[in-house]
Amino acid sequence: MSPDFVNIYLMPGLFMLIHIGILVGAVLGGVAYLTYAERKVLGAMQRRQGPMTVGPFGLLQPIADGLKLLSKETIVPTQSNKPVFIIAPMLLFMLALVSWVVIPVDAKLVLADINVGILYLFAVSSMGVYGIIMAGWASNSKYAFLGAMRSASQMISYEVSMGLIIVNVLLVTGSLNLSEIVTADRPLWIQLLLFPMFIVFLISILAETNRAPFDLPEGESEITGGFMVEYSSMSFALFFLGEYANMILMSAITTVLFLGGWLPPFGIEALAFVPGIIWFVLKTCAVLFVFLWARATLPRYRYDQLMRLGWKVFLPFTLIWVVLVSGILVYTESLPK
Amino acid sequence: MVIKMIATAAFYLFSIILLLSALRVITASNAVHSVLFLILAFFNAAGLFVLLGAEFVAMILVIVYVGAVAVLFLFVVMMLDVDFQSLRQNAKSYIGGGLVFGGVMLLELITLYFAWADVQPTLVAEAAVVSDITNTEQIGQVLYTDYVYAFQLAGLILLVAMIGAIVLTHRRRADVRRQKVADQVYVKREDVLEIKEVKTGQGIS
Repeated sequence: MSPDFVNIYLMPGLFMLIHIGILVGAVLGGVAYLTYAERKVLGAMQRRQGPMTVGPFGLLQPIADGLKLLSKETIVPTQSNKPVFIIAPMLLFMLALVSWVVIPVDAKLVLADINVGILYLFAVSSMGVYGIIMAGWASNSKYAFLGAMRSASQMISYEVSMGLIIVNVLLVTGSLNLSEIVTADRPLWIQLLLFPMFIVFLISILAETNRAPFDLPEGESEITGGFMVEYSSMSFALFFLGEYANMILMSAITTVLFLGGWLPPFGIEALAFVPGIIWFVLKTCAVLFVFLWARATLPRYRYDQLMRLGWKVFLPFTLIWVVLVSGILVYTESLPK
Repeated sequence: MVIKMIATAAFYLFSIILLLSALRVITASNAVHSVLFLILAFFNAAGLFVLLGAEFVAMILVIVYVGAVAVLFLFVVMMLDVDFQSLRQNAKSYIGGGLVFGGVMLLELITLYFAWADVQPTLVAEAAVVSDITNTEQIGQVLYTDYVYAFQLAGLILLVAMIGAIVLTHRRRADVRRQKVADQVYVKREDVLEIKEVKTGQGIS
């Protein structure tokens, strides 16, 4: 083995593996404690205590839940399409993890600093719908199928306006690279211009991750458990992990696109001594809190209302905003070079 | 050296999976499996594009074909009650046309293969013009300056197709009560609620 090989390939390769390990570990740990945070926040908003018995303040509750799911029996329905039935949760979970490679958690701290980072995110998230359709179809159950259909049409609908919102951000930053999107110069008037898009994006990610008030795909009162009704044990756990990992991912994307990523909030220079990753995590948690807050406060939408909001309100609004933003940028000659 | 080796290995991996899944698209007995293999094929084609350094094309391939077109495909195959077995029985009658079509495409590929030796040097010379502009930016500049009319025309054709699809499928049903959201929002308290003082023992007349 030549020293060149060690220096150029082996060491960076090992470093990358360690980086991936830390990233996956952090996301999974985040998922575990997001479920805990969700129950605690919901409890606080409903004047309950939430989990309290396992460990101090119930802090070990997620671990107990995970062990419980692992120890259950995996059931594959006899009438199901077995290969597809088993692949679907794996696909969903994998897609929830692979997006993280392009998320810059700090300056230079990103696994793959690719030029088309935002397109990559969009491509991966547009594939997420397959995990759900496959699960619904392979289960060979009408509830699962209805849930999958709902979920798929919902995700496709909101992806369109999310794409247009991203176009708005790209117009003012002039780059598809996520690190450059974070560091791009954003004067106050541009931030004000993007603020409505931020709100629409927040609502769209609720719909995109099938969370309340858009959680119709798993609306218990109508279609029992939705597309994952036939799943049990580990395959169910994969869906569960995938859903929560997606929530964290979407919050991270919101942080990168609108909240300035790892930079200190409101551009306060005095706070720059705090490591960027801490700001990133705090901002992501703030967006995640909105997810939980919305779940505790808002009743579920009716399906036609959901479609109306996506196609007749958000889509025209974001489209007009693209024209407006590009018009203003051209008129004031402040298009990024 | 090693990076070249990895790239070659990745190329063979992607192309083998691509070819196998393309084969499975036409041989799978279950139509949904066919579509799923088609998606796998698209995905591996995107991988090949990445290896070529065309990351923008790869991402667009995944977003447009995998994320949108194939989803609709899957919907149609799942929802429509098409009897694929009977379709398969009729497949023999198309075999002549299919062979001609495939033969022409094979011929074109072979021609391209032999012409490649002549074309390649000029292509390499052109590609060698190094600039610090990224691929994506380059495509945008070419598309929106040199070919802006063709690009807009393509957009208009898609618009016409979209309007056509809507006109063909839209039907106005008279028996459905439509909700007018604006009317619902503008309802005031006085319109729906009347407060009455109820005296004990008298009730409301």
